[in-house]
Amino acid sequence: MRYKSVERMKPIGKHSLLGASGEISDFQEILRYLNELILYDNMWDNGNSLGPKEVHNYLTRVMYNRRNKFNPLWNSLVLGGVKNGNKYLGTVSMIGVNFKDNHVATGFGNHLAQPILRQEWHKNLSFEDGDKLLEKCMCVLLYRDRSAVNKLQIAKITEEGVTINQPYSLKTYWEFSTFENPAQGAIGSW
Amino acid sequence: MEAVKQGSAAIGLRSKTHVVLGCVNKANSELSSHQKKIFKVDDHIGVAIAGLTADGRVLSRYMRNECINYNFTYESPLPVGRLVVQLADKAQVCTQCSWKRPYGVGLLVAGLDESGAHLYYNCPSGNYFEYQAFAIGSRSQAAKTYLERRFENFADSSRDDLVKDALMAIRETLQGETLKSSICTVAVVGVGEPFHILDQETVQQIINAFEIVGEQEGPAAEPDAAAGQEAAAEQGGSTDEGVAPMDI
Repeated sequence: MRYKSVERMKPIGKHSLLGASGEISDFQEILRYLNELILYDNMWDNGNSLGPKEVHNYLTRVMYNRRNKFNPLWNSLVLGGVKNGNKYLGTVSMIGVNFKDNHVATGFGNHLAQPILRQEWHKNLSFEDGDKLLEKCMCVLLYRDRSAVNKLQIAKITEEGVTINQPYSLKTYWEFSTFENPAQGAIGSW
Repeated sequence: MEAVKQGSAAIGLRSKTHVVLGCVNKANSELSSHQKKIFKVDDHIGVAIAGLTADGRVLSRYMRNECINYNFTYESPLPVGRLVVQLADKAQVCTQCSWKRPYGVGLLVAGLDESGAHLYYNCPSGNYFEYQAFAIGSRSQAAKTYLERRFENFADSSRDDLVKDALMAIRETLQGETLKSSICTVAVVGVGEPFHILDQETVQQIINAFEIVGEQEGPAAEPDAAAGQEAAAEQGGSTDEGVAPMDI
């Protein structure tokens, strides 16, 4: 884990939040595109503003077009937001696959965290419960990644705006007996 | 701008939730069909033109393109304010290049936004203004006077009242001809109602409804200094005797 304090979540405009995994330099490039987009949107200076749906679709177009030119932006993006009471959560992959769902994940999160989310997510989750649920998922992911750092950052989006909390660390417990000699029951060269 | 003044009339008016466009249909001869003057640009935007219809057609095509492109990239409808600015910039270019001529058409753009219902007027000069109600084209002054008298109520009008007002404004421009659904076109766009042109039967029904009412109350037209040309009595003519004959 080379970079221990890179923030991978950024607010976009008034209504949305973007989180990325993958190549950080490409993420910074995406942020530049989005900054320009939001700037021009604000310059129109009429009652309209770009909401999460619009930003999500814009990003899909960008990612897909880059992939078509065989020059992808190597990121998996998660975009969430609230506008006029409508909640939105979507994801775009580096090849332009995009969809909206109630819970999304990138990379290994799809394999390790989504099952937990599928079981425990329900429509009326409060913020605290959602927080705990996410922490649980991150814990699982942390235990299963040899190069991860236990630093975690949560962000919250409501109608009023975006708040990104300070990063904090997860408590981990490594004294489980199964961790003692993990190769004990293993057969073969692994 | 002269071309706009000589084209047949088009009017538009809006409330907080709906915008209505109306226009007078002109036909070249009795044998030909009417010129199409109201175009649907997108589900939430429509335009009525006055002037050189060919230029209007070209600009409508441009507007439709812009709307579709925006929808493709952002999956949401193009805000009317932006479309109007883009149109205005396009028109302005033609006024500054010596090898081009300005678009000879005035556009009444009606559309729905996040921020409500809008009606804009785009000039060939590249200027654009937002209006509560407006009329362009020949004999539009009569309609404008009518609208000026009534526009304060429009913001809270119901959709049907708005359509009625539009038809009455069109009638003002007709100067004595009877108002029939075959000589006018009306289109509506509103919250929950995509832009569409009302068909002839519906329009004729609305006309019949208020013409009957009109005979009893007398429409609100009073002698007007600016339009004091013909004092023809209209079909739904004034029954007040104290008031001078109705000028249109």
